[in-house]
Amino acid sequence: MLRYTLRRLASAVPTVFIIVTLTFFMIRLAPGGPFDLERPLDPLIMENLKRAYNLDGSLWSQYLTYMGNLLRGDLGPSFTKRDFSVNDLFASGLPVSMLLGGLAISLAVLIGTVLGAIAALRQNSWLDYTIVGLATFGITTPNFVVAPLLSLFFGVILRWLPAGGWSASDPAYWVLPVVTLALPQVAVIARLVRGATIEALRSNHVRTARAYGLPARTVVVKHALRAAMLPAVSYLGPTAAGLLTGSVVVETIFGLPGIGRYFVQGALGRDYTLVMGTVVVIALFILLFNLIVDLLYTLLDPRVRYD
Amino acid sequence: MTRLPLRTGACLLAMIVAGAGAAAAQVTLVRGNDTDPATLDHHLTSTVAESRILNDLYEGLVVQDARGEVVPGVAESWEISEDGLTYSFKLRDDAKWSNGDPVVAGDFVFALRRIVTPATAAVYANILYPILNAEAVASGQMTPEELGVEAVDDHTLQITLNAPTPYFLELLTHQSSLPLHPATVEAEGANFTRPGVMVTNGAYKLVSFVPNDRIVMEKNEHFHGAQDIAVDRVEWVPFEDRSACLRRFEAQEVQICTDVPAEQMSYMRQNLGEKLRIAPYLGTYYLPVKGADGSPLKDKRVRQAISLVLDRDFIAEQVWQETMLSGYSIVPPGISNYVETPPSLDYAEEDLLDREDRAKALLEEAGVAEGSLTVQLSYNSSENHRNTMTAIADMLKNIGINATLNEMEGTNYFNYLKEGGAFDIVRAGWIGDYSDPQNFLFLFEGGVPFNYPRWENADYDALMDRAAQTQDLDARAQIMAEAETILLDEVPAIPLLTYSSRALVSDRVQGYEDNLPDVHQTRWLSLSQ
Repeated sequence: MLRYTLRRLASAVPTVFIIVTLTFFMIRLAPGGPFDLERPLDPLIMENLKRAYNLDGSLWSQYLTYMGNLLRGDLGPSFTKRDFSVNDLFASGLPVSMLLGGLAISLAVLIGTVLGAIAALRQNSWLDYTIVGLATFGITTPNFVVAPLLSLFFGVILRWLPAGGWSASDPAYWVLPVVTLALPQVAVIARLVRGATIEALRSNHVRTARAYGLPARTVVVKHALRAAMLPAVSYLGPTAAGLLTGSVVVETIFGLPGIGRYFVQGALGRDYTLVMGTVVVIALFILLFNLIVDLLYTLLDPRVRYD
Repeated sequence: MTRLPLRTGACLLAMIVAGAGAAAAQVTLVRGNDTDPATLDHHLTSTVAESRILNDLYEGLVVQDARGEVVPGVAESWEISEDGLTYSFKLRDDAKWSNGDPVVAGDFVFALRRIVTPATAAVYANILYPILNAEAVASGQMTPEELGVEAVDDHTLQITLNAPTPYFLELLTHQSSLPLHPATVEAEGANFTRPGVMVTNGAYKLVSFVPNDRIVMEKNEHFHGAQDIAVDRVEWVPFEDRSACLRRFEAQEVQICTDVPAEQMSYMRQNLGEKLRIAPYLGTYYLPVKGADGSPLKDKRVRQAISLVLDRDFIAEQVWQETMLSGYSIVPPGISNYVETPPSLDYAEEDLLDREDRAKALLEEAGVAEGSLTVQLSYNSSENHRNTMTAIADMLKNIGINATLNEMEGTNYFNYLKEGGAFDIVRAGWIGDYSDPQNFLFLFEGGVPFNYPRWENADYDALMDRAAQTQDLDARAQIMAEAETILLDEVPAIPLLTYSSRALVSDRVQGYEDNLPDVHQTRWLSLSQ
């Protein structure tokens, strides 16, 4: 198990290297540069700027410099948020995104699993239809619709919660973003768990457990649900990575200082280092969570072994 | 682990209690901004959003009051020499930095030398080129010490210009002329803008800056007018999503939004009443016309015909929901230092059908047969630009000109225009840096990179040169009006719209006056409970 984990971690290194290299050259292919604004700059000033930001050397030498700095954990200065290094930006933004994403994913797993299991156990009842109906609605309603509606209803009309903004110390500011992020995931997880539970209830090992006369509760929770979590867990890997690294839409609508917006702001502003930094962080999260998913498999499904 | 929530809870409680105590004494104003500043080093800034922040943090030699007019700032008075070349500023004795140091003439010399130094890589260094030797210093041909700026003594600053520049005081209100605290900049280098390090001389000092969250400032108790500052704490919140600002404004979490969501204009008109502020602004939205060599677009009659047929009222009202006003001149109306009745296209009131007939006649004269001319309309990605160009394509069809649309992504687009890319008709916008016609008319002088159509007219250039040499403001205004008359006859760029400033201002805010440059420094505002 430990050897497997170490091997996976080691194999992540070349993957990250390839991702970083590809991104580095791909973003340079995009026309324009970080200092092309609506108002063109004086050529002389542009030259000075490029020199100041090491953009005047050859692409190859810029790449080597970047990789060298990256190995030392230095993601470079941001071109568009110039009072900050990319490291600064992640240091202040990542905790916000991880807090909101982490709460959202926990909420989604909790509610999604419960709803999914209830629907499966009461298959084809009105309860089941209601849950499936709501889940379909949840999946099809995009968060750029949900977020302003929640903000409008709870923030502007009822005044129960802040309509937007951020406070690290006041959980009232977290509620609407977390709910917005969690809603579609609740729906997906509920559907996945429902389907898998129905299947698991009919499986051989559950039938055997029942035949042994185990209490219904033990059969459902310990045997059926555990197996039914597998599809949800594989779905959760990349989803958790995505949620923990922030959402552009939710951050923009609620005005949150997470890192989700950096990717888009960086790409549009040709903030090369910021884009690269975001890519590195997201890649690391995805690799990490895929590994976690694979390890969770061994806990949930006794048939899976990595030795 | 189990004790942690308890402790956090206690901490929270303490913070809430402390916060409540402070809140009672403090007046906090929450203001929306279009976006975060790229930096708080004002020498590296270029946008209006940045100037709002910087003008709260720093005070220049002159400042703009609540009506947007130039009034004394750090300089309590000034003298201009007979030849208009030397400005001698007398600085106030009680001007102080936020750390208590006095503001001296040397601080301005330091800052002005720094901005034109090539190594600073200041994007707006060229705005100071009227100062003697500024251009030569910026291009590395002279040393910064040779710049025409001198501290005669601690309270006298002398600035020498290349040529008389009647708008020089207006120009000094731009953030590029703000001072710096030399000791901090020298000691901290690029870190001098960090909270806790930054030293400023304006009404406010920096408390914190969290990107995409807010910039917090508090009253600078060393500011010479501190006793008149009504707002103790300002929070500047960036809103890329204008609807988000509207929602937070309605929830009373934000008291001023600097922009509004155009698609919700009718809602705001109905529900916000006086809180919705729309006023003319110092900006022009225009259509540069270029065309390949030999294209009918090189014929001014064709350009005039195109200009004639554009229904500006329709575009302003339907596409821009009245967040823009119809524009018939390149220099926006109401600008300072200009003639009483500035030149403008004379068909604002004329019936559109008559205008179409005139346009068709012009095209016929130019030998452009109906349906024979196809033009490409290029614009940078934005729903409103796209709708504007779609409407224009439709209007051109009425006089037998076919139009195709070409959408380009922003960064790419401006690069393309700047580098003299080939185009037929594009859109461009220009916001004045200072309230003077020269700041709009220079866009079409030969050799200026902003001259996207690469239009060359010797008479126009000669007039602009003459205006630059003329010190008498009335005579200068006349000359510039003549130049604009040529521009509107030749229409290398078709004026389409005039920008308007849009804002939401809570009825709790006092002292907020609509003005052409759209500057509303927090020092002039107050907040009722």
